[in-house]
Amino acid sequence: MKELVIISGKGGTGKTSIISAFASLAENKVLCDADVDAADLHLIASPQIDQRNDFMGGNKAFIEERFCTECGLCHELCRWNAINDDFIVDNLECEGCGVCVYFCPEKAIEFPVQNCGEWYISKTRFGPMVHARLGIAQENSGRLVTLVRQEAKKLAEKNNLDLIITDGPPGVGCPVIASMGGASAVLIVTEPTVSGRHDMERVAQLAAHFKVPAMMSVNKFDLNTDQTLSIEKYAETKGIAVLGRIPFDTALTKSMVQAKTVIEYDKDSVSAQAINTVWKQISKYLNDN
Amino acid sequence: MIISVASGKGGTGKTTIATNLAVSVGKDVQILDCDVEEPNAHLFLNPSIIETEKVMAPIPEVDETKCTYCGKCADICRFRAIIVLGETILTFAEMCHSCGGCMKVCPEGAISETGRELGIVERGNRNGVGFVHGRLRVGEAMSPPLIRKVRSFTNPELLTIIDAPPGTSCPVITSMKNSDFVLLVTEPTPFGLNDLMLAVEAVRILKMPHGLVINRSDIGDGQVKEYAAKKNIPVLMEIPFSRKIAEAYSRGQLIVDAMPEWRDKFLGLYHRIKELAN
Repeated sequence: MKELVIISGKGGTGKTSIISAFASLAENKVLCDADVDAADLHLIASPQIDQRNDFMGGNKAFIEERFCTECGLCHELCRWNAINDDFIVDNLECEGCGVCVYFCPEKAIEFPVQNCGEWYISKTRFGPMVHARLGIAQENSGRLVTLVRQEAKKLAEKNNLDLIITDGPPGVGCPVIASMGGASAVLIVTEPTVSGRHDMERVAQLAAHFKVPAMMSVNKFDLNTDQTLSIEKYAETKGIAVLGRIPFDTALTKSMVQAKTVIEYDKDSVSAQAINTVWKQISKYLNDN
Repeated sequence: MIISVASGKGGTGKTTIATNLAVSVGKDVQILDCDVEEPNAHLFLNPSIIETEKVMAPIPEVDETKCTYCGKCADICRFRAIIVLGETILTFAEMCHSCGGCMKVCPEGAISETGRELGIVERGNRNGVGFVHGRLRVGEAMSPPLIRKVRSFTNPELLTIIDAPPGTSCPVITSMKNSDFVLLVTEPTPFGLNDLMLAVEAVRILKMPHGLVINRSDIGDGQVKEYAAKKNIPVLMEIPFSRKIAEAYSRGQLIVDAMPEWRDKFLGLYHRIKELAN
């Protein structure tokens, strides 16, 4: 079984639109939305949820006022200043380390596990899909990413499907690290701008750090062809497989507004054709490696 | 006054708005780029960097000559960053959240703290605009402690503009906490709207006044505006899609440098924010 994870470093380079198009093109696959913090793939895939599950994340401290003697030890031990002068815990600041719980001489601090979001197994017109929603202002996005990827793998095994296509989060931190470990390859989707290039370099370093093979495609390449060329040269020197370019095309936005993939919207559009080429290159890469 | 520029969805134009706003105000202003995973503001500001500082997170170091392998450290650690197996004690630096629990609980005083590099903070300025950003070390998972370090350079004498990371989870909350105003940047597409709705929920949890900038305002559909009207969120600025702006951006040029007529619009935006924040 192969897993392709699509990442970008910078947000808004077109990851989700391109994955949606792959969903139209690829066969025998599970879709997995690992951008749990701001998931968008469901807006195109229109999943019918079969199974809804709670995501239980970390714990948070809660001080029982009736047992608290206000000795101040918790206040002193907390490295996040999460406990105020009235001995109330600020949930947004609490790291869930439990140090205050352990040391409270009155055993006045409870440590309930938190419901940090939901994850789903769904049916779509493209096949099965695993996706999630991290609660607003919640932590542990990395754990939720790991969980949806594990569930996607189980689902693929159960249904005899040999490919998982995963929509990764932006950035290079905890959720991105969780999204690429053990993947067959990552596809970096970037754009020909100074920020697209800067962020692509960092996420390419991250893939190299975790020894995940990387491919790259420049989206909206015609906005700045010099920059496109220079990005592709950089990628080649780093051993990243450079795939076809995708032109700037309003068909991508128009298809999104209609909740369609660009292949469904207009398979003859310039972007649909370019993405088709990129997908063929990826399929070949995944088969050969 | 602290203005945070946030979005939910990535790539909607946060950095564009934050940098152009800062440069248009021009003096008594600082920009803090809190998107430490992928900081971009410096690419548009080209600040001279005056100071670079490594930021470390405290992690445990065990003196095995004192350790009796009692296992109390492993019991208190919620993050599996320290384990004891028979007469072996192991620490996993990258798992550690720096709570200090193991050090505190060790009856032998065998644990002290050393550091794990989170990244760097760089400070400088461009033509009177103060500049601070953090750069997370590639491979490091935890961004909030580095973001807190960037935020610690907030100067209350100045207008502080915070360029926040995308999303709605802990790094975003850490970046925009205690702001006087949150400027949400979106684009009028289904993805833009979906992620805007999440960002609005986050801002409402933090109870901060907020307004909207609609970037590439003539692509997509009218749903973002309908939503803003329904939720009483003021639309403070609209930037139509323009190939000229997109190309200037691709080269790392500010809108106000490529098209100076935009400076007054950004100043107008600042004055609207000031009225709304009070």
